[in-house]
Amino acid sequence: MDDLRKRAKELLESSTVKVVIGYEQGTANKTRALFVEKPEDAVKLIFDSYCVQNLAVYVTKREIRDKGKMAIAATLPVLRSIIQLASESQVNDNNLLVLGITPESKLVEFSNLAEVETFVHQYQIEIDAHNKEILDKLDKMTPAERWKFWIDELTPCFKCYACRAACPMCYCHRCTVDFNQPQWIPVPSHELGNLEWHIMRAVHLTGRCVDCDACYNACPLGIPLNLLTKKMVEEAKVHFGGYQPAIKGEHLMSTYKPDDKENFIQ
Amino acid sequence: MNIDKWLVRKDSLEKLFDILKQNSKTIYAPATKNGKVSFIETDSFSGITTDYIQTTQSSKEIVFPRTEKILDYTKNRDGMSVKGIDLKDIPEIILWGVRPCDAMGIDGLSAIFNWDYKDEIYNNRLSRVTVLGFSCSKSDEYCFCTSAGGGPGNNAGSDILFTQLGTDGDYLAEVLTEKGSAVVLLASGLFEKAGEIKKEQFLAEVPVRFNKEEIRKKLENSFESELWIEHSLRCLGCGACAYVCPTCACFDIQDEAHGKAGTRVRCWDSCGFSLFTLHTSGHNPRELQSQRWRQRIMHKFSYMPDRLSVYGCTGCGRCSRACPVDMNILEHLISIQEVIV
Amino acid sequence: MVDFEPKIVAFVCNWCTYAGADLTGTSRIKYASNVRIVRFPCTGRIDYMLLLKAFAEGADGIIVSGCHPNDCHYTSGNFHARRRWIMFRSLCDFMGIDTRRIKFSWVSAAEGAKWADIVNTIVASIRELGPYEDYKKVVKKPVKEVSNG
Repeated sequence: MDDLRKRAKELLESSTVKVVIGYEQGTANKTRALFVEKPEDAVKLIFDSYCVQNLAVYVTKREIRDKGKMAIAATLPVLRSIIQLASESQVNDNNLLVLGITPESKLVEFSNLAEVETFVHQYQIEIDAHNKEILDKLDKMTPAERWKFWIDELTPCFKCYACRAACPMCYCHRCTVDFNQPQWIPVPSHELGNLEWHIMRAVHLTGRCVDCDACYNACPLGIPLNLLTKKMVEEAKVHFGGYQPAIKGEHLMSTYKPDDKENFIQ
Repeated sequence: MNIDKWLVRKDSLEKLFDILKQNSKTIYAPATKNGKVSFIETDSFSGITTDYIQTTQSSKEIVFPRTEKILDYTKNRDGMSVKGIDLKDIPEIILWGVRPCDAMGIDGLSAIFNWDYKDEIYNNRLSRVTVLGFSCSKSDEYCFCTSAGGGPGNNAGSDILFTQLGTDGDYLAEVLTEKGSAVVLLASGLFEKAGEIKKEQFLAEVPVRFNKEEIRKKLENSFESELWIEHSLRCLGCGACAYVCPTCACFDIQDEAHGKAGTRVRCWDSCGFSLFTLHTSGHNPRELQSQRWRQRIMHKFSYMPDRLSVYGCTGCGRCSRACPVDMNILEHLISIQEVIV
Repeated sequence: MVDFEPKIVAFVCNWCTYAGADLTGTSRIKYASNVRIVRFPCTGRIDYMLLLKAFAEGADGIIVSGCHPNDCHYTSGNFHARRRWIMFRSLCDFMGIDTRRIKFSWVSAAEGAKWADIVNTIVASIRELGPYEDYKKVVKKPVKEVSNG
């Protein structure tokens, strides 16, 4: 990705930004996040099909923000996350410059976040075919079968919170689970606590999740917890016509329509 | 105890498993779920996975469970009544398929659980576990057991160490402890006299990548190094590395209350969490991820050898494999060796 | 089921449903006594987690009730609640949590009879469904001595 390397070098040389967040080669065939601060290090930046980690998780991290204005190499999911973060006042044009990477792997530099939003709105958030199949299969099960499925899948979770750590939307300095007055979510890993944690995560991401699979990719135990957040994306579509991150838009769960339809309230 | 060497035919392995089950032994062995391998209670030999370099989760779960009850309590009119767990309830367990790097980790755990307070629960669990180790014939770029003081055929921590003599070969069984002998006694027909067998030729090649004593010395002067910040920028502060590690023993204690009664539980914790050192005053001595990353490395390669005479790392490489952002501990250790003077 | 009396927890808003339940009483309408009412200023204040905690603490059924749309004492609390319930109920159904055991309703301060009806109906249906064993099993399951999934 020579364009990217060249531009990153320029931005750093001119001190337009203090750090460029991108990808570098990792162990074996993994890629990982790279934070380029010296122009000569820009040559380490790469981009290929293995670059799937959602880098937007770093723009809310104090250790990175404290360096100064950031630039970020962003694929579509990352762009979506950035707009969602902007809509929640976590980033703005003063502290972030976006170097977009289109689905065709072309570099596109945005002058401001409004342009990023226009770009992002060209694409709808669609659940991928593989997971759609799994969601359909679960849909056809009885509630009792689904209960068994989830207890079976979630009990191995050992509460490492990698899913939370990898999600760009989980940026709360102190998460709900980190309070003990009240201890809403039990700390230890057991059937009930794991269930409550994953339900809570799905609820707190309702209307905010951009379906990037960072949570699933981060889970050391391969638990398909992204099915929960994907289901919420689907349900938002069914009930409310879906949602798009939008800087000045209305958030799915912080707003309402007087004629929201449901069929279960008596 | 002298090491007794026996030969176990490759078909006898399944027979050994069956005999152990017939003797009502609870066996934990590697099994796959969602593409990841962990130690799960197994009833049949066919349920055991063998196609992996290293399991995703370590076997420390068996002696140091992720969630463990330590007492029950009830508030009544006269105060509090407390009931500890009955140590007799702790089951006898056979751990099947433990790699040498995991078995070696037991020493690290035992050092932590016995350094000032002798942890009864841990010690009882350990005394009832028989470790059937299996040497490694394959390794990958994440493994560094030989740099951490171990090796693919190292017998520390195992009660019996099996080494397969070539692909599809029979097994050399080194019986190392009384517990190992007890297993042989149950299935003596399956253990044949072994001739002189050099197992080294059947072990994986794991080149030494760093000198741990040198690292330990360098760490003494490294507290203020910029390296910690550089290395930890991408760390997300989750608990994956600590939880899959065979020697990480940090735990939290939680009371799970329902009205007037409750259970006190011990559960895994990680020094990577920002909450780990948060004081009630609000002050956090390790408020930056770099400080937490530094603590992780120093704890394993400096504080533990200094105070407990055992290193806190066995070179299994699990942390690096499990890390969502590829914090490769081997890479960082080599960097420390090269950069710090 | 031998002598099973369901335990129902009702999360209700102060201005409509609670007042409505009060009216049921003052009107001397008899209804099932299995309900424990938890009073909130508004349905908008009801955290989804409370519903799960009710099941975890032994409830067999739950009622969530508040002001009719457009009648919220705080103007829009119940609108927010409705949107939340729509998503949360879908999630519960997806997880296999028995949504037949959770009843959502709008009961105004004048609907004393409706409240009695709601309660009687859910108590009858839960009595038929039986205790919420699945959830109780997950809660009561002792912390395993060795837990590894």
